[in-house]
Amino acid sequence: MAQEFAFEVKGAAKYFGEVKALDDVTLKAEQGKVFGLLGPNGAGKTTLVNMLSTLSEPTKGSLKVLGVDVVAEPQKVRKLIGLAGQFAAIDPYLTGRENLYMVGRLYHLSAKESKKRTEEILDDLKLTDAANRLAKTYSGGMRRRLDLGASLVGHPKILFLDEPTTGLDPRTRLDLWQTIRELVAQGTSILLTTQYLEEADELADRIAVIDRGRLIAEGTSSQLKAKLGGDLIEFELEDANQKDAAIKAVTAVSKSKPTYDEQTNVVSVPVGSDGSRKLAEVVRQLDQAKIIPRRLSLHEPSLDDVFLNLTGQSVADVESERKRKKKRGRPDVG
Amino acid sequence: MWDRIYYEFADTWAITKRNLLRYTRLPQLIFFSSIQPIIFLTLFNFVFGGALGSAGAAFHGKYINYLLPGIMVQVVLFGGLQTGIGLARDINSGIVDRFRSLPMSRAAVLAGRTIADSIRNISVIAIMLIVGYLYGFRFYNGYWNALAMVGIYLLFGFAFSWIAAFLGLVLKDEETAQLAGFVFVFPLVFASAAFVPVASMAKWLQHFANNQPITFATSAGRELALGVPGNGAAWKLLLWTLGILVVFIPLSVWSYRRRT
Repeated sequence: MAQEFAFEVKGAAKYFGEVKALDDVTLKAEQGKVFGLLGPNGAGKTTLVNMLSTLSEPTKGSLKVLGVDVVAEPQKVRKLIGLAGQFAAIDPYLTGRENLYMVGRLYHLSAKESKKRTEEILDDLKLTDAANRLAKTYSGGMRRRLDLGASLVGHPKILFLDEPTTGLDPRTRLDLWQTIRELVAQGTSILLTTQYLEEADELADRIAVIDRGRLIAEGTSSQLKAKLGGDLIEFELEDANQKDAAIKAVTAVSKSKPTYDEQTNVVSVPVGSDGSRKLAEVVRQLDQAKIIPRRLSLHEPSLDDVFLNLTGQSVADVESERKRKKKRGRPDVG
Repeated sequence: MWDRIYYEFADTWAITKRNLLRYTRLPQLIFFSSIQPIIFLTLFNFVFGGALGSAGAAFHGKYINYLLPGIMVQVVLFGGLQTGIGLARDINSGIVDRFRSLPMSRAAVLAGRTIADSIRNISVIAIMLIVGYLYGFRFYNGYWNALAMVGIYLLFGFAFSWIAAFLGLVLKDEETAQLAGFVFVFPLVFASAAFVPVASMAKWLQHFANNQPITFATSAGRELALGVPGNGAAWKLLLWTLGILVVFIPLSVWSYRRRT
């Protein structure tokens, strides 16, 4: 029997009146992997997560979680999934322990099993010391961990993490990444949404990029970067007369033709992936050609580059446009 | 089948427990929700009591005997309004999204809230009885009828909680839910026999006041507490209670289930 996909989305669309929060998205994710969904605020990430986690129904198309249709059998889907969002969906007036135990009971674990799971998760997420404190006294990072913990109580086969690190400080973010890696090692499939390419790059086996409700690219991290021309090495020349010699020296390293900007005196060398090794090569070649570069630097493609390349619009543009359009009410359809 | 029924109850209990725990963690909320009815009772008794002394004449000579059942109905309704406010707050905090993503009963989040708010109403009713006694209120119709009065009020408050739940689910905003609740609770309570005899009201209003559930509730309470004739108000109140439950439980659950 062929193995089911962790989730499978076919032609899914969600319209809120005139607004197409998501339009004609088709995706498949293998089990036991991290699938990254990358896009700016308002791109439709949360809309997709909400439909997959049975919180809302698609206007069109079909969505399946481990082969189970989310519209036809939502209750069955809910037994398979865990959901942790950008808002810590925990009760601030319960203790950490009470929060987890309650969720265990609501997953229909026995009282004994709920207790056991609660202690395991408190221990795994390093919350045991704070277990008897009200969740409202927790720091932002602890709340997020408790929220993640709550999504794990029912032994989910698939975990939906909707921007789990948005608003966290760098250290806490790294801790959470580590936790996510451990979950994957235990065989959990994960759908991770994020605004940060770095995060998708770090954690996801496959990445889908969405913008304004549409899927605009999909592939592994290196495939996506390759599409963008990958890494870019740039250096400034001391003497403009060296430009021909410089271009000649680095052409062998370059993936496509190096370019030269007369105004800034900068040579740009697209090198594909593996930029740091190519950087050493560029230095060696320039050295042999007796050219001393100024401000030698390696640029890896950022989310902004992905967007610029795929949509002709930077993330900042999308964000500011969104802010202008944003109406009163619950902000996040994204 | 049986385990589905079992889980309806188990889930409802889990949510009820959550809401009750919350109340114990918010002592200031309990304090003010107890103080408020005491203030109402005190103001009404000592401000209107003199002017309305005659209304009390038929009720063992004291206005407080007339007033306490009326205030109790009002208090129970205010308690019920909390349901809508609490639900709207839960929706906005995101915890309802968590509940909706769990394989739990769809009615439990609402039932757990209405039941917890009804349990809180018990404590408020107890406080009202204690303060009422200090102001001279007495039961004249035996323990069982006194208990029955408390029982029908709690049940009516529970039914009213479901109306508030529906408001909270539809309006999705705490302040709006609170305002919407007051907007229709105030006219209902004041245009009833809760505080003054209906016969003293404008003629056109009397028709409304004589035929609405708050009047039935106060008349039923007075009958049970004091032994004055109630003209079947208790049965009419139970019918209303049942009617509200039959309409608003499915309506609220439908509104909660709807996945937009």
